[in-house]
Amino acid sequence: MTTETTAAPAADLTPARHSALWWAVSDCAAMVWRGLLYYKREPSMIAWQLGFPIVSVLLFVYVFGSAMDVGGGADYKAFAMPGMFAMTMAFGFMNTAYAMVVDKEKGVMDRFRSMPMARSAVVSGRGVSDLIGAAIDLGVLALIALAVGWRSDGGWLQTAYAFVLLLLLRFALIWIGIYLAMFVKGQEQAGNLFAVAFPFGMLSSVFTPPSLMPDWLGFIAMWNPVSSTANAIRELFGNPVATGNSWIEQHAMEMALVWPILITLVFLPLAVRKYQRLSR
Amino acid sequence: MGERDWAIEARGLGKRFGEVTALDGFDLAVPSGTVHGLLGPNGAGKTTAVRVLATLLDSDEGSALVGGVDVARDPQEVRRRIGLTGQYAAVDEILTGRQNLELFGKLFHLGGRRAKARASELLERFDLADAGDKGVKAYSGGMRRRLDLAASMILAPQVLFLDEPTTGLDPRGRGEVWTAIRDLVAGGTTVLLTTQYLEEADQLADEVTVIDRGRNVATGTPSELKNRVGGDQIEVVAAEGADLAAVAAAFDGVSTGEPTVSTEHRTVSAPVADRVAALSTVASRLQASGASIEDITLRRPTLDDVFLRLTGHRAEEEASSPEAGSDGPLAQPATYETGADARTGADGIPDERESTEAEGALR
Ligand SMILES: Nc1ncnc2c1ncn2[C@@H]1O[C@H](COP(=O)(O)OP(=O)(O)O)[C@@H](O)[C@H]1O
Ligand SMILES: [Mg+2]
Repeated sequence: MTTETTAAPAADLTPARHSALWWAVSDCAAMVWRGLLYYKREPSMIAWQLGFPIVSVLLFVYVFGSAMDVGGGADYKAFAMPGMFAMTMAFGFMNTAYAMVVDKEKGVMDRFRSMPMARSAVVSGRGVSDLIGAAIDLGVLALIALAVGWRSDGGWLQTAYAFVLLLLLRFALIWIGIYLAMFVKGQEQAGNLFAVAFPFGMLSSVFTPPSLMPDWLGFIAMWNPVSSTANAIRELFGNPVATGNSWIEQHAMEMALVWPILITLVFLPLAVRKYQRLSR
Repeated sequence: MGERDWAIEARGLGKRFGEVTALDGFDLAVPSGTVHGLLGPNGAGKTTAVRVLATLLDSDEGSALVGGVDVARDPQEVRRRIGLTGQYAAVDEILTGRQNLELFGKLFHLGGRRAKARASELLERFDLADAGDKGVKAYSGGMRRRLDLAASMILAPQVLFLDEPTTGLDPRGRGEVWTAIRDLVAGGTTVLLTTQYLEEADQLADEVTVIDRGRNVATGTPSELKNRVGGDQIEVVAAEGADLAAVAAAFDGVSTGEPTVSTEHRTVSAPVADRVAALSTVASRLQASGASIEDITLRRPTLDDVFLRLTGHRAEEEASSPEAGSDGPLAQPATYETGADARTGADGIPDERESTEAEGALR
């Protein structure tokens, strides 16, 4: 300890005065700053998050690729790459949940909740920094996809819209991630979320068209929100879509909007309510 | 408010978790500018009480004012007046110490520039200046706890809650944290400190509230509580077990209570009122009796004695209950006997961390 013994600091410590909305934005920005510092301090985080999608795509394209026939003589690589983008977004909710669980377990969440910061900032800050993180993930994946020969044949606007749809899916899943995190007891349990994420990501049109699956499985896969996003972006990229004639597959463009909005409408209020009920 | 200026006033706090009653009509009154120890075994309800007072948990019953503000009615205003250091160091492991303090400074609404300045100031003050730009992952337990303390001091709060601030630290880390706490107190902060370490309350607290099963057991200064146990004790160690009866007889008419005899450890101890006179009487009687004596001591009762007297069970009894394991170590058994089974009172199961944690946790 230094010789200074007073609790009274030299500088003025009166908090600045602003409106509640101002603080909601400013505190959210502080939380986002924290989220981005994570990438700076531990860049390997990106590798962890992308490891599975990258390995699986290399496996599917180079190992099974020659044996995969998605119909119509389409190039499997062009089919699988958008699928990988969508799958990465789908798995993203685990990153959200894991970060929340760690904060909860380490007591950081309690510190936030004991401070006079905007109540919304823990949740909104998580959402915004995870979206930025997802954009970074997508950027890296797109570069890898380009490197292995994937191309978007869609126009500039269509390509951009495809990435917006991907981020929209990720945005919707943030609320599921936060909601689930409130139930998870510890970091070890958080690993079990993979048991939810894996079928959610894989039982979809990500790697194989549902029309080639057994009927019941194909039905589930078709109605999986991940499939709608994957099919919509394939269309936007001008990549092979390989859809059947079902209503859900014919309306992938619309459903890539409807699903995320629906998920958000259900899980955003649930997540916020659950967060507020931590004090029960 | 009465004559005194209360920093914390809680009345009849009740909190249940399903079947478990964590707080059961708990009262607490802490005058401004003092250190108050909340002493109780694992599961007594200390953390629950702190969480209610720090606005993290809603109580089912009762009311509480912190810094004069109702925790249920205006929690946000309470949050401007308090600092909290939880049972586990609540700092971000991935960030550096400085980044942690800057983040919390911003969230305390100091603005970027003042948050930066305050971070440097606190790192300096808590002896973390050199480690400030290292990741918290690389910090020792004592350093983390000091960073945690620094984080709860960002606004120089009126009331500081410290929930078992030294649990899990080695003696050196504990000493570091004690020094930090004493510094804060010297600056006029009111501190509510929960602890299972009897010595800690004795060392740091002006007043102690003993809590057990969610209820108040006693409140007073450490010396008041000790006096309630019956003042000082004389303890005699006999060389031969056969002499114990003769030794006990030497206390006749001198002690203020029945002598306690332990055949296992060949000791006799009894509370006495007039310290020196009683000691010389007992010593001369022992000499006359011809009993051979190994040791004779006069000592103040420890808070552990207090606990036993007030709650009817030893602090460490709870340590063998199932939920205790996760919650940290407990004080080691007292070094004197209250009955033949006192030394094996905790089911004879020593706390696994006892050697590092509980060493020196008494007296
Ligand atoms: N969130 C909770 N859910 C269920 N039981 C709890 C919860 N928090 C505390 N308890 C129970 O309440 C009692 C008091 O706990 P706590 O306040 O943590 O005690 P202490 O801090 O004195 O060790 C214990 O029996 C504990 O198991
Ligand atoms: Mg506790």
